[in-house]
Amino acid sequence: MSAPVITVRGATQVFGSRTIFRDVSFDIAAGEVFVILGGSGCGKSTLLKQMIGLLPPTAGEITVAGHSVRTEVEQVRRQIGVMFQSGALLGSMTLLENVSLPLSVFTDLPAATCAEIARLKLGLVGLGDAAALLPSEISGGMLKRAAIARALALDPPILMLDEPSAGLDPVTSAGLDKLILQLRDTLGTTCVVVTHELPSIMAIADRCAMLDAKAQGLIALGSPRELRDHPAQPMVRAFFHRETL
Amino acid sequence: MPAELETTPGRITLRGALTARRLGPLWPRAVRAAGEAAGSALEIELSGVERLDSSGAALILAMERRHGGEVRISGASTQAAPLLAQLRAVAPAQAPVRAKPAKRPPLFAGLRTKIAFFGDTLLALAALPAQLRMLRRADFWRIAERAGQQALLLVLVLGFLIGMILAFQSAVPMRQFGADLYVADLVTLALCRELGPLLVAVILAGRTGSAYAAELGTMQVNDEIAALTTMGVNPATMLVLPRIGAAMLVMPALTVAMDAAGLAGMATVLAAFGYPLSAIATHIAINGAAGDFLQGLGKGLVFAAAVALIGCRAGLTANGGPRAVGEAATAAVVGGIVATVVLDGIFAVITYRLHL
Repeated sequence: MSAPVITVRGATQVFGSRTIFRDVSFDIAAGEVFVILGGSGCGKSTLLKQMIGLLPPTAGEITVAGHSVRTEVEQVRRQIGVMFQSGALLGSMTLLENVSLPLSVFTDLPAATCAEIARLKLGLVGLGDAAALLPSEISGGMLKRAAIARALALDPPILMLDEPSAGLDPVTSAGLDKLILQLRDTLGTTCVVVTHELPSIMAIADRCAMLDAKAQGLIALGSPRELRDHPAQPMVRAFFHRETL
Repeated sequence: MPAELETTPGRITLRGALTARRLGPLWPRAVRAAGEAAGSALEIELSGVERLDSSGAALILAMERRHGGEVRISGASTQAAPLLAQLRAVAPAQAPVRAKPAKRPPLFAGLRTKIAFFGDTLLALAALPAQLRMLRRADFWRIAERAGQQALLLVLVLGFLIGMILAFQSAVPMRQFGADLYVADLVTLALCRELGPLLVAVILAGRTGSAYAAELGTMQVNDEIAALTTMGVNPATMLVLPRIGAAMLVMPALTVAMDAAGLAGMATVLAAFGYPLSAIATHIAINGAAGDFLQGLGKGLVFAAAVALIGCRAGLTANGGPRAVGEAATAAVVGGIVATVVLDGIFAVITYRLHL
């Protein structure tokens, strides 16, 4: 494994008297597609929020490209692009304007050039013809792809995606999986994906970390095939073989 | 290393990091240089490029487009070549064209739907006895509490201040004619018959009408209204009628509070001018006709129904995300105030013709 770009050491999240997870540790290498998986309520999205600096860990330390998410959150955010579960596109802007926004705010490129680049990004995710539409005028799959285009606007080395396939049909979901792999291959983007969609996990993940609500933490770490073929825990086996416990 | 450009005849050499954050000064120079080389073959040399992201690749495509002729890319890294190929495949054939802004709808475009909504609500009211199970008592009292009890303090403060201002502004000129005690008659008539219900309706439009629109608009945007409809629940029965009922229930109480607070404000000013409170009370009792007061209450009921109906309609016709909710709230306030004033004018004509 090449040098890690993200390190998670002893990450813990407690809300009041409720422990979501404790002592979660793993590394993510550059250019890797790393999937955080687990059942509903195990803290996948909470861990992602810690990694993007939206939620300080109750205990433990997370670094992204060498910067601590506690003390250097601005530097962390210069390294990442985030796609939220809902897409979180700004409803009053067209897709082109949504994707242009980071370019116009964080570069000194003129507006027309930002729009030109944004149009290419939309083309990359297959939305070149939908640039003038508003988020309310497009489907869920298009919304997610547009959100990825916006996350990619500044070509961040790390892309974090929260449930990219949730609520999508298998064909659209497979298209998104292909897009994530393309980004890794052509732009060298490190992708951290939170999902519990088994077909997506098997298609895209180089490695995965599995969280479990009952165990309140990490219960498995490895490639999806390792976890599927040699599950060390009943929960891992149940997840990968679609069994009940 | 910052992005750099060097031009020689037939060749443009790019160096450094061609990334979104560093392209700003380089972009226009590079594209212009490519344009100046038009008409002859051009080589874009990339061996000195340390890093190329998709914005940098977009620059190279822009240079190719501006040149318009034969362009050869040399020295591209193993990462850059497939990225350029991928972007070239999705690049639009023409420069982006700004979408035309949507045409403004004609002024009375929504009139038909407004009338239809009013009709639907009337039908829901007519069918209500058979659909009482759709009404939720707890919701009704929650809506009434928000519209009434939580607005009471605002109504009392505004009423008191309006009464004071009216009394003061009338008393000063009327004093020149020795008629300043008649300010009590004037303010009583103005408040009970006209200003009381009108001001309460404006407050209702600002607080309650906008809240109705935002609440129902959010439900509409989140498909909750569609879910109710598909369950066979009429949104007009379950959501609109309770809100209209709540507004009509609290309106008379708020109007009485506004009138009372206004009269108290007026009495404060007249007392400051030296009139005993007993004389002021006598003038109010003798000249304040019960008919004016009841007319104000009656008008208030109609205003409340109109404000609530417009607020609900604005919410239920919201379409298109969070912006639509904001627009619905604005439409509810503006529509509620306009409707109140128009209805007040109609009442003025009717009461004049009927000598009321």
